[in-house]
Amino acid sequence: MAAAKFDYHAPSSVEEALNLLSGNDDAKILAGGHSLIPMMKTGLAAPGTLIDLGKVGGLSYVNESDGGLAIGAMTTYQELATSDAVASNAAVLGEAAASVADPQVRNMGTIGGSLAHADPAGDLPAVAVALNAELVVTSGNGERVISADDFFVDLFTTALEPDEILTEVRIPALGSNTGAAYAKMANKASHYAIVGVAAVVSVDDSGNCTSARIGVTGAGASASRATESESRLAGSSLDDAAIFSAAGHAADGIELNEDIHASAEYREHLTKVFALRAIRSAVERASS
Amino acid sequence: MGREISVTVNGTTHTSEVEPRLLLVEYIRDVLNLTGTHVGCDTSNCGACTISLNGAAVKSCTLFAVQADGGEVTTIEGLASNGDLHPLQEGFWEMHGLQCGFCTPGMIMSANDLLQKNPNPSEAEIRHGLAGNFCRCTGYHNIVKAVQYAADKMSS
Repeated sequence: MAAAKFDYHAPSSVEEALNLLSGNDDAKILAGGHSLIPMMKTGLAAPGTLIDLGKVGGLSYVNESDGGLAIGAMTTYQELATSDAVASNAAVLGEAAASVADPQVRNMGTIGGSLAHADPAGDLPAVAVALNAELVVTSGNGERVISADDFFVDLFTTALEPDEILTEVRIPALGSNTGAAYAKMANKASHYAIVGVAAVVSVDDSGNCTSARIGVTGAGASASRATESESRLAGSSLDDAAIFSAAGHAADGIELNEDIHASAEYREHLTKVFALRAIRSAVERASS
Repeated sequence: MGREISVTVNGTTHTSEVEPRLLLVEYIRDVLNLTGTHVGCDTSNCGACTISLNGAAVKSCTLFAVQADGGEVTTIEGLASNGDLHPLQEGFWEMHGLQCGFCTPGMIMSANDLLQKNPNPSEAEIRHGLAGNFCRCTGYHNIVKAVQYAADKMSS
């Protein structure tokens, strides 16, 4: 299968990339390409210009900062999955990255590419939402920071403006007595999330929940928070009944996807089941 | 509009003018005539097109050749040295790790990536490490044995 013709640029700096992007509404950023290139080959996407960030230096890093992490947008899934800094500060991100597709895809796919592409079945968007990530985007006018909550707008649609490039992902410190986990029903062939749920749960010294954030992917058009589940967890004793009740509302407010992989009804069921698994596992980690 | 690229494949640097939409696997097979790398699904699922780019296994049907500009590629043809089979190639031979053979080059290139990261993998780690490669003969059992054979040979 051949992609439609396009002009290709491989800038060596973010500035050069921004100049190429500016005023070119038909340009797409190539950040690994393991979502975009399959879409181009099947004709679902036909950008007139590709701006490849593969040769831009300095966009692939994981730095510890203020107990949290600053991650370059071109950091690959493989780098996230094997990073000591990720493992000790936000292990759930490394675990989710390790669950993406297969080794070859993880060697090419990047955190920035995944988030900016906003595939409804992508894994990292749910984790970014649950971790309260801040996404640093750069344009000719400088930088601005978008919270993951506000970033995912709709199917393959984000808050990125056409002249902006996602350059860094910041993960705030998780704090003490906090556990996080990601659980998904993976498509058997692609390992895309039919439904995936990321949970971050904080507890006090008595084991009661002080706060929770739940991110859901795969169920609806874009990653979103399960706010009803979160508020049912907060202040609860986190006993089986409380967790079960919270997980039972994980699909609230989501307009459920329906496709060859799962009906809307089945997705609703999966959302609750995988919310239950993610919350339980996060609670275990918060208490240990 | 053609674009000049320079790619080192199995130790030899090739400079070619290519269309940006030419896939890396098409460049390897059709321009360089290295047909050991196969196209199976052409949708980044099956792994038959797996090669090594700058030391990491990638699916060459899901990269444009221009992305490999300045890079180092190793294909199945680059594994044997001086006529001696690579331990993985020998393992697939000795353990009957192939039936039709179509998936074999990709399997070997993925297994090579795995053994570089993890020289002594468990059976589960081998199966997990080959998750991006399909064998439609379903000959996975002997493929795992072939990788174990190579791991043993390479560590001894």
